[in-house]
Amino acid sequence: MAGKAADKGKYKNMTMSSKEYKAFAKSREPGRSVLKNCLRAFVVGGLICVIGQAIQNGYMAWLHLTSTQASGPTVATMIFISVVLTSLGVYDKMAQWAGAGTAVPVTGFANSMCSAALEHRSEGLVLGVGGNMFKLAGSVIVYGAVAAFFVGIAHIILGTGGQ
Amino acid sequence: MQFLWAFLVGGGICVIGQLMFDVVKLSPAHTMSTLVVVGAILDGFNLYEPLIRFAGAGASIPITSFGNALVHGALTELHATGPVGVITGMFKLTSAGISSAIIFSFLAALIVRPKG
Repeated sequence: MAGKAADKGKYKNMTMSSKEYKAFAKSREPGRSVLKNCLRAFVVGGLICVIGQAIQNGYMAWLHLTSTQASGPTVATMIFISVVLTSLGVYDKMAQWAGAGTAVPVTGFANSMCSAALEHRSEGLVLGVGGNMFKLAGSVIVYGAVAAFFVGIAHIILGTGGQ
Repeated sequence: MQFLWAFLVGGGICVIGQLMFDVVKLSPAHTMSTLVVVGAILDGFNLYEPLIRFAGAGASIPITSFGNALVHGALTELHATGPVGVITGMFKLTSAGISSAIIFSFLAALIVRPKG
């Protein structure tokens, strides 16, 4: 900043004000279409949920479970599929295209754990895999548990008895 | 019909996540944490279970249902055993998700040859 006056002779003065420049730069930015990203997220996220629904219906028909009982095995199956796809390197390719469509479903949670485990495998099974598995997924568990704790406290204070 | 609602609601939650990425410019970790907290708060007001009844997997597959399940476990146990239930019941319903993610990821790390 101090050299600004001294540099004046050496460099051409900018003909645009910084405001104009910002507008100009923005007009030349590669379009990161929010709409297109949202459409992709909608379609892929929706399809993942439809697959989940199909698996859940399958468990309900096959093992005669209620929808609540079937949700555990359903989530486990979805996570298994996600881990297999992550191991094959397919899930990350899908994620590049679909953005939040693959990140928001529970399969994205499993993907973040599995890819961290695979990435740090070379550092050893304990320090690498064990220590890094929750690198990304940890924040979800921490904030979920803390939020659930405060919601529970609120219910105790309000005397609803958890109903 | 159930598949249509699962598609629309599940897709809609993913669009909210995408908007948080693109418009609010949050990192994926911040987005996921926010969605989990939102799911937890919604269940605190007893609003998430109706959504699951309505949309099925459309509401139970997105990460918001993780927050919902944590609160649901805590409140069910709170109702059954009193205040300690908030701590003891929290992970009761989410066990399937967390356990399977840990076990399958570990097995994958054992089997799959790391790249690079």
